[in-house]
Amino acid sequence: MNSTVLAALVSGALFGLGLAISGMTDRRVILGFLDLFGEFNPQLAYVLAGAVAVTAIAFRFVLNLPRPALAAGFQLPAATAVDRRLLLGAGIFGIGWGLVGFCPGPALVGLAGGLRDAMIFVPAMLAGSYCHYLLERRARIGEE
Amino acid sequence: MNNWAYGLFGGVLIGLSATLLLWSIGRIAGISGIVNGLGTAPRSDRSWRLAFLLGLMTAGGIALQFLPYAPMRAQTGSTPLLLLAGLLVGFGTRMGGGCTSGHGVCGLGRLSWRSLAAVLTFMAAAIATVFIVRHLTGAPE
Repeated sequence: MNSTVLAALVSGALFGLGLAISGMTDRRVILGFLDLFGEFNPQLAYVLAGAVAVTAIAFRFVLNLPRPALAAGFQLPAATAVDRRLLLGAGIFGIGWGLVGFCPGPALVGLAGGLRDAMIFVPAMLAGSYCHYLLERRARIGEE
Repeated sequence: MNNWAYGLFGGVLIGLSATLLLWSIGRIAGISGIVNGLGTAPRSDRSWRLAFLLGLMTAGGIALQFLPYAPMRAQTGSTPLLLLAGLLVGFGTRMGGGCTSGHGVCGLGRLSWRSLAAVLTFMAAAIATVFIVRHLTGAPE
């Protein structure tokens, strides 16, 4: 196993542990957070605060390094514009998230942990992503 | 489950995970992006994605077997609703270029306005959806 793969494996494991320990795979907890006008559950705010507190500080140091430890360069998203595609996509994601309380990471961990709801949700999620890929490819071919 | 200590601790682990991935191989720990790249990225760019997802699902899946507050494994939601929500989440995260991890944990961490706009939008859409489902229609989840 090379060091790149090992780093990704350890990073993924930390992420999965974090999602499980923080309770994010329980979609009732997520729906509780989103239910501002009902039985509000602040759990997600603690998790996001803990995570962003680390990244906001650590990313500064890391991104000031000349390059990553095991790669030629940082590969950050190139897009910076707040455009229609970003907002529409985020809006569609938000509706799906609010309907059942699963987002991609917790759903994958839930699937691995044997949650029946995640076993139904994840294949549909992959299908939805593939639908967008196909639509976009068709639009690109149409332009050419 | 509502426990600030577990929440903060888990959140810090997630932040450390994203930091490790950026520091080591220069990549953003966005789950939807990592998954989507499995199908579209060049072959040489796939092994780290597979390794990350393997670690995520193995460690997270095992942890769920031991946590006393892990969610019930039995199905609790309506199948059509889970399918519809899955389609929307998959489609929307690909279109919007990220989910709670890529735009939320990583994008906010690098102070990206684009990610902040995405986070505010999906939070608002999700809050509105929950309001409509729980308080206007009274339908079960």
